[in-house]
Amino acid sequence: METNTTLIGLAGVLAAAAPVLFAVMGETLNERAGIINLSMNGTILLSAMGGFAVAYTTGSLALGFLAGMLIGALVALIVAFSSITLHQSQVAVGFVLALAGRDLSYTLGAPYMNQPGPVLTSWSIPLLKDIPILGPLFFQQNLMTYISYLAIVVAWLWIFRTRPGLMLRGIGERPAAAYVRGANVNLLRYIYTLIGGALIGLAGPAYTLSVKAGWMGTQTGLDGIGWIALSITIFGGWNPLRAAFGAYLFSLLQWLGLVFQTNLPGIPSQVLQVAPFPLMILTLLLVNIGDAEWVQRSLAAMPAGTRRVAVRLLRAMRASPPASLGVPFESE
Amino acid sequence: MKKNTWVNLGFQVGALILALLITTLILVAVGAPPLKTYASIVSGAFGSKDDVLEVLITWSPLLLTTAGVLVTFAAGLWNIGVEGQMVLGSIFTTWVLRLLQNSQVPPALIIVLGILGGVIGGALWAALAGALKTFGGVNEIFGGLGLNFVATALTIYLVFGPWKRPGVASMSGTQPFPESLWLPTLPKTELSLWALGISVLVIVIVYFLLRGTHLGLRLKAVGKNPKAAFLMGIPTWQYSMFAFLLCGAFVGLSGAIQVVSVYHRLLPNISNGYGFLGLLVAMLINYQALWAAPIAFIFAALNIGGVQLQIIYKLSSSFAGAFQDLLVLMVLIGEGARQRFLGKG
Repeated sequence: METNTTLIGLAGVLAAAAPVLFAVMGETLNERAGIINLSMNGTILLSAMGGFAVAYTTGSLALGFLAGMLIGALVALIVAFSSITLHQSQVAVGFVLALAGRDLSYTLGAPYMNQPGPVLTSWSIPLLKDIPILGPLFFQQNLMTYISYLAIVVAWLWIFRTRPGLMLRGIGERPAAAYVRGANVNLLRYIYTLIGGALIGLAGPAYTLSVKAGWMGTQTGLDGIGWIALSITIFGGWNPLRAAFGAYLFSLLQWLGLVFQTNLPGIPSQVLQVAPFPLMILTLLLVNIGDAEWVQRSLAAMPAGTRRVAVRLLRAMRASPPASLGVPFESE
Repeated sequence: MKKNTWVNLGFQVGALILALLITTLILVAVGAPPLKTYASIVSGAFGSKDDVLEVLITWSPLLLTTAGVLVTFAAGLWNIGVEGQMVLGSIFTTWVLRLLQNSQVPPALIIVLGILGGVIGGALWAALAGALKTFGGVNEIFGGLGLNFVATALTIYLVFGPWKRPGVASMSGTQPFPESLWLPTLPKTELSLWALGISVLVIVIVYFLLRGTHLGLRLKAVGKNPKAAFLMGIPTWQYSMFAFLLCGAFVGLSGAIQVVSVYHRLLPNISNGYGFLGLLVAMLINYQALWAAPIAFIFAALNIGGVQLQIIYKLSSSFAGAFQDLLVLMVLIGEGARQRFLGKG
């Protein structure tokens, strides 16, 4: 492959990862607060349709993106209300919303099928765009891609380098301790679930107004992307940088799938694009296996030297979910 | 009836009315006549003998997936990998049928072995999710999701690769099996009483297993409070694995029926979403096996009744699905509200 074609391809990988990044950052935030929003697959489809419909009707891209975020926040509000206020299973409600969002998007989106809508155009950043290699790779993109870079940095800084971020980790890990420290746990959980939902909702129009422009009903090809984003969030171990790596890796593998498709016509592209999943399962296995009882037992039986190496290796890979993920909090 | 039962019923009726209200608003929004749409769903499902048969054909795989997830739910497991387990059932059945279709083995035996293959395929895929959970600490939701995608990719690979139809490979699936390998049907229909009978038998087994047996009781103890169950000397991981295996077997059976009785081949979307729909049914009936059969029947009717909406009103056939989803959502929220504001009971 020529360098130029490769560069364009890789720039495409960065752009295609933007919607997934929004969703993954959003989910990372609300899971850090202790709320799992399982509705992602439905939320993304519904906001993809809604964002497109609003942009199509009003002619305004900005309103389209806003509408997507609003839809995401509304779905998240249902998750928050039924889990925080009503103490229903987050998984059950989220799962039903995942299906409802999908079916609603196809039903409500029928009038907007295959209509030509507005598309976000690319906007190169002056000066930066002229840097060799890095310019065409990072800085000749559209606004959403730039915002997606920002989202990673801001999410990481917020979680690990600010006081409110410390509190955020606190309400996900030890809500009782955070409560004693003066945090209004349930209010904060509401807020983070809504912010997370809005980010997940941004992923929808980031597809239909940019990466995969247009609404084509079931042919839009977005069904499943929310489940993928959920997997990447777990793969990312609730750390925005690791999650971003996961999102880019996924996007890269998808692109490689298409590239290999032309060279290896025997294998359908869907098969190559599924490669991230066994990888994800393997990662989950590696990060969790250190906690399994039989592993602890066999570690204890090892000679001291081997054990030290094995323990260090397991600890390096380890990524535990926020301790209170999915557990409701009562102040009494 | 006790007062609580009436309150419960009130909330459920309220949930149904709310769901209908929302779907009516949706219909108005997309410009379809609400009453006529509801009427055509009913007539689409029960309007003719063929429609009713179609509903019964859909009922049996859905009843099987519901039966399967009732077992994992009882053990406190969210078996979201149910879709993939159903797909693996279909793949294994197709595999056995392909291996034996040109052999001297009598067709009836091939069908039985094929169904058995499906049961094993589903159970194996579920065992994988179960092993990841019990030995690897991988949450069954995330393991299951990943395995769903792998199962779909495997189907597509087989349909377009090694098992492709002579000549052209397409999304319409593999070469259909000869009629001798179809599960016998009622004359001049596509309804197999065998499929129907097996499904009803399975849900009856699940009902009695969860209600009256020692095994079922311990399974529920593990589901309700794994720590307490463990301290009482119940080997929790064995019960979790058992629940996965049993669920996988039933769901694999569902996948087998899709091959030997409905499609007679393997195709990419063979599970038709019945795995997820089974989870939905189980939630709606509050995990009570007694109600599985009637509610699964109504869901099957909604699915069939919704098919022709696209032709009549240019309405997406997902509308029936939207109604199912909203109904379950409203019931969940209603249940939460009842517990929250009226106290548990």
